Amino acid sequence: MYRAEVFVSLKPVVNDPEGITIRSGLHALGFTKVQEVRSGKYLVLTVDEADEASARSAVEEMARKLLSNAVIEDFRFELHQVAERTAVESR
Amino acid sequence: MKAGIIVFPGTWSDRDCGHALGDILGQPIAYIDHRARRLEDLDLVVLPGGFSYGDHLRCGAIARFAPVMDAVAAFADRGGLVLGICNGFQVLQEARMLPGALLRNASCEFRCEWTNLRIEHADSPFTNRCRPGQVLRIPISHGEGNFYAEPETIRDLETRGQVLFRYCAPDGRITAAANPNGSLANIAGISNQRGNVVGMMPHPERACEELLGGADGNLVFQSAMRSLAALVA
Repeated sequence: MYRAEVFVSLKPVVNDPEGITIRSGLHALGFTKVQEVRSGKYLVLTVDEADEASARSAVEEMARKLLSNAVIEDFRFELHQVAERTAVESR
Repeated sequence: MKAGIIVFPGTWSDRDCGHALGDILGQPIAYIDHRARRLEDLDLVVLPGGFSYGDHLRCGAIARFAPVMDAVAAFADRGGLVLGICNGFQVLQEARMLPGALLRNASCEFRCEWTNLRIEHADSPFTNRCRPGQVLRIPISHGEGNFYAEPETIRDLETRGQVLFRYCAPDGRITAAANPNGSLANIAGISNQRGNVVGMMPHPERACEELLGGADGNLVFQSAMRSLAALVA
């Protein structure tokens, strides 16, 4: 059993109005040293795969097909092996 | 012209499209369930606006994999006319049937207001009842309508005449003030290279009778009717 933490973010060339708005909010609070804020999505998937290689290729395919849109977004993910019980409890 | 109107869970403009096409323009219509695997006896497929699958993950991302979408792609491959409005436009882009993507509005606000659209090309199946440069008044209603594509894609769209509608001032000038969502080059609607698949953020079905404040939207549907009539003739 594996837990995948998937990070989806807008490509650097794509304007991120949400990030810009958050940056203004931080500046208004006095955090004036914040240069840039990029917003994105954080997804946690628990996948029932036997080994790391198959978990990696499955998550890779999911991220490419559905979790991200290659026209505007990049993704990366981290894999962690989890015990069967932990995976069930975290549901 | 028989129009099939696709209904996903969360679609909200299906009945408005049915009203415009059926009640106002007198065309036969059918509501098509998202689980349908075949599209039969249709001349036009409309993907209406709304929040398919709650807009979760990304607008249109889940709807793009609904069973009916394979049939919509096959229909388009056969040359069938497909019109995606608002959420339907987002679905067509997610399905890669149209280029680009629609980002969060630059204002980060949901915008529901009348817009002016300049007709850039009047030779497409969805604009042939208009004049080039004509300004249509059609409302928008969206939070993610900020058209984005890579520079070379924008260039291709422009040189191939695929930009059909652009947000403009009432006199037709393309200005930043007339752009409600930050779309690149004020793009409000585009077609595929073949011209039979069109996506637009404004809602023509909400401008189908004077009671609603205007009837310019009918020209989009009537253009489809004319191009289909020309095929038969």
